[in-house]
Amino acid sequence: MTDFILLMISAILVNNILLIRFLGNCPFLGVSRNMDTATGMGMAVIFVLTLAGTITWLVHTYILIPLGIEYLRTIAFILVIATLVQFVEMVLQKTAPALYEALGIFLPLITTNCAVLGVAIINIEEQYDLITSIFFSFASAAGFALALVLMAGLRQRFALVGIPKPFEGTAIGLVTAGLIALAFSGFMGLV
Amino acid sequence: MSIKDEFTKGLWQTIPPFRLVLGLCPTLAVTTSAKNGIGMGLATTFVLVFSNLFVSLLRRFIPNQVRIASFIVIIASFVVIVELVMQAYFYPLFKILGIFIPLIVVNCIILGRAEAFASKNGPIASLADGLGIGLGFTISLFVLGCIRELLGSGTLLGVSIMWSGYEPFKFMLKPPGAFVALGILLALINLITQVQARKGGGK
Repeated sequence: MTDFILLMISAILVNNILLIRFLGNCPFLGVSRNMDTATGMGMAVIFVLTLAGTITWLVHTYILIPLGIEYLRTIAFILVIATLVQFVEMVLQKTAPALYEALGIFLPLITTNCAVLGVAIINIEEQYDLITSIFFSFASAAGFALALVLMAGLRQRFALVGIPKPFEGTAIGLVTAGLIALAFSGFMGLV
Repeated sequence: MSIKDEFTKGLWQTIPPFRLVLGLCPTLAVTTSAKNGIGMGLATTFVLVFSNLFVSLLRRFIPNQVRIASFIVIIASFVVIVELVMQAYFYPLFKILGIFIPLIVVNCIILGRAEAFASKNGPIASLADGLGIGLGFTISLFVLGCIRELLGSGTLLGVSIMWSGYEPFKFMLKPPGAFVALGILLALINLITQVQARKGGGK
């Protein structure tokens, strides 16, 4: 149990997927201008990433390895993720319209969120077992959501202050992300 | 637009990742040295050129409803080729770039060009577009890699060029340094554009 807690703290704070591992930065800078969209995106990523981490692990262990076609991992995983996102979208639309309203527009964007494919690959390369993979996927996604919401909180304040013209938009976003990353590097050595 | 324009627009007018703010993850992650930047840039260029060419050739056969899935399969096939070739012939670089080689498949630049350009234009124009955008991306990664390597370890392409006694600014090699360096570079490019626009407006 301690192992799992350490793994989760490590994935959320120490090796934060956005700020330290650099996965999923396009949505990070794209949807962090506003708190509502940031929360929606964060929730959608937690949901899809946990599912995708689990399913890609199963596909790798029970389909790719027995057939001896591990080199097709990239293609297989991206197809699984794309199908999964489509499937989740349809299921939510039918069964939970309220949730679909909240997450709907973010779901298609998640297919090309490199955090999802990245975590799936890390699970395999680190040779995690199924339970560890599920925990790691969930914790990474929670780290993603945390960084995204922190960033959105800061960026909302930019509307109120004067920013030098060349820095407006993405440039100041990147510098802010750098400062958040600096704060997060204070957690290094925690685990 | 002529073929030449399609090629050159990727080098300044729409240079990724500055004008097209896409493909940030590899940009931030692998640019700890100029050499890694070039390696990543060229791998991405290879995939981009061939995916553009094939998407363009197949654009009349791909049904509209499943086009995104088809593009992803085409892109993923070339990524697997790059992965296997790099593993065989450039193993040290393959180790350094690590997870970011398979992740070329979700680099939004490539899917973006397939969707926005190659699926609407002929093969020659798409080839020029892919080559231009790919080289633009490579140049960006190289410049960012040079800046971070120069400040962070005092070398350029592995050769020590700073004066003796130079204290390497290690911050630049760490993740926060990547964000700040890219942010400042982006601001610099915005500044140049704004100055150019003001001059153009004054005439």
